[in-house]
Amino acid sequence: MKYLTTGNEACGEGAIRAGCRFYAGYPITPQNELTAYMSKRMPEVGGVFIQSESELSAVNMVFGAAVAGARSMTSSSSPGISLKQEGISYIAAAELPAVIVNVMRGGPGLGNIAPGQADYFQAVKGGGHGDYRLIVLAPASVQEMFEFTFKAFSLAEKYRTPVMILTDGMIGQMMEPLEFDDAIKPVPAVPKPWVLDGAKGRPSRSIKSLLLKDGELEAHNIHLQKKFSSIEKKEVELELYKVKGADRIIVAYGLMGRIGRECVDTLRSKGIKAGLVRPLTLWPFPYKEIRKIASGKAKFLVVEMSAGQMVEDVRLAVQDDKRVRFYGRMGGGVPEEKEIVARVKQL
Amino acid sequence: MDHRLWTIDHGPWSKSINESIVCAGFGGQGVMVLGKFFAIAGMEAGLYVTWLPAYGAEVRGGTAHSFIRLSSSPIGDPMVTEPKAAVIMNTPSLEKFEKKMIPGGLLILNTSIVERKSSRKDIDIVECQLTDEAMTVGNVKAANIIAAGIYLAKKNIFSKDLVLGVIKKMAGGRDELARLNSRAVERGYEIGAEVNVGRKT
Repeated sequence: MKYLTTGNEACGEGAIRAGCRFYAGYPITPQNELTAYMSKRMPEVGGVFIQSESELSAVNMVFGAAVAGARSMTSSSSPGISLKQEGISYIAAAELPAVIVNVMRGGPGLGNIAPGQADYFQAVKGGGHGDYRLIVLAPASVQEMFEFTFKAFSLAEKYRTPVMILTDGMIGQMMEPLEFDDAIKPVPAVPKPWVLDGAKGRPSRSIKSLLLKDGELEAHNIHLQKKFSSIEKKEVELELYKVKGADRIIVAYGLMGRIGRECVDTLRSKGIKAGLVRPLTLWPFPYKEIRKIASGKAKFLVVEMSAGQMVEDVRLAVQDDKRVRFYGRMGGGVPEEKEIVARVKQL
Repeated sequence: MDHRLWTIDHGPWSKSINESIVCAGFGGQGVMVLGKFFAIAGMEAGLYVTWLPAYGAEVRGGTAHSFIRLSSSPIGDPMVTEPKAAVIMNTPSLEKFEKKMIPGGLLILNTSIVERKSSRKDIDIVECQLTDEAMTVGNVKAANIIAAGIYLAKKNIFSKDLVLGVIKKMAGGRDELARLNSRAVERGYEIGAEVNVGRKT
């Protein structure tokens, strides 16, 4: 099956095909196509769609649905995702699988409805309170909006942890061809021996994030950190494009990653040995992989729609600040190919 | 992760294609649908395509536009900052996009609505009373598809069979609409063939 659709709708279809049967959300541009799509599709597949009265209630409905064993998802855009942070921290603490989609827009504050990437820190460094991590996936095309969302449910259940799709208003609203096998099977059901679905005929269970007994919360934190460390070892994903032999490397994710790829082709056509590193997982971040690439003499240009957030992780990876430069635009500004190409030449 | 950015199987293209189009006008003039028409035609022809909408904060009566890129190689930026072609349906859109067009570009101007001529001397310009032509074809709403016909006559990227197939597909079983748009695109092809856009330079 191949058709032209928006990133937001591809994300919704990816969720449905993965087996998501509970969606709660509150409208906000530029992710409304996703909420609207779920309102149409969920009843068709026997799932639940709720347009809640607020972002807080949406994320807490997802919390409740996940406790009961449903594959559940919510979505919003930057200001709305800020509102969901308390719930996300609870879901991570309670070790529940859920998918949260952030179609980022210009910020801070209410900002505007143009694309942005300034929620990187919030997504990968823990936007809510406490020591927790989100697995963060960064799609760069309509096709990836489908596939990464599908993958997100698989990771969420594998690790019993919330997963975020971190994208932007342009990837969300643009249309591209989406292609997938109509016979695609949902993410296989994993045993959920923890689920709260009525204790009739079995001992009762509880899931909570309030752990008051002496040492209980510390032990829980140690357990969570072990899980996060295992994710860091196993789940890093990145795309390398013409990195071999490159002495100037663009590091960018999402929309900037795909524009970066076009820049590499332009630069290569002018005889400049450019390459692209595109992290697909922002957490876990590909520190080790970038460090390996940096063991040569290559210089790096990090490009983001922000004042410079992922660049901090690239600096940690490269461990030589002199070789890491940054170019970004803020508040809905999108770095253009020619701007990026000019800065790569200056490296 | 089995990431497949740009792995959709695109047929071999004997020549390099890299088209960028802006379709701009008032909400309701069909500039979004026109963009989708180009994008779907490109997809059916096996090209890489992107379609990007911009509504502005307001919709009804406000100015809207869509950006389309059609390419034989993977597309990075879906935004079109220097269009190679523009379909301009109202005066504010002419103000906005006229100066951004690359030299040698193709400007299709709906002179039923647009109140002035383009001042550019270095681009090809087709002036056409698209709205009036659409009423002659049978429905004022078909002005956008006439513009599509003009573009296709000038650019000759797709076969007419493919174009008529896309029109049928987009009509989704609404036969009357398919017939109307087929007439509209044919009229566009005629106009495109008639009008000599020879630059004044």
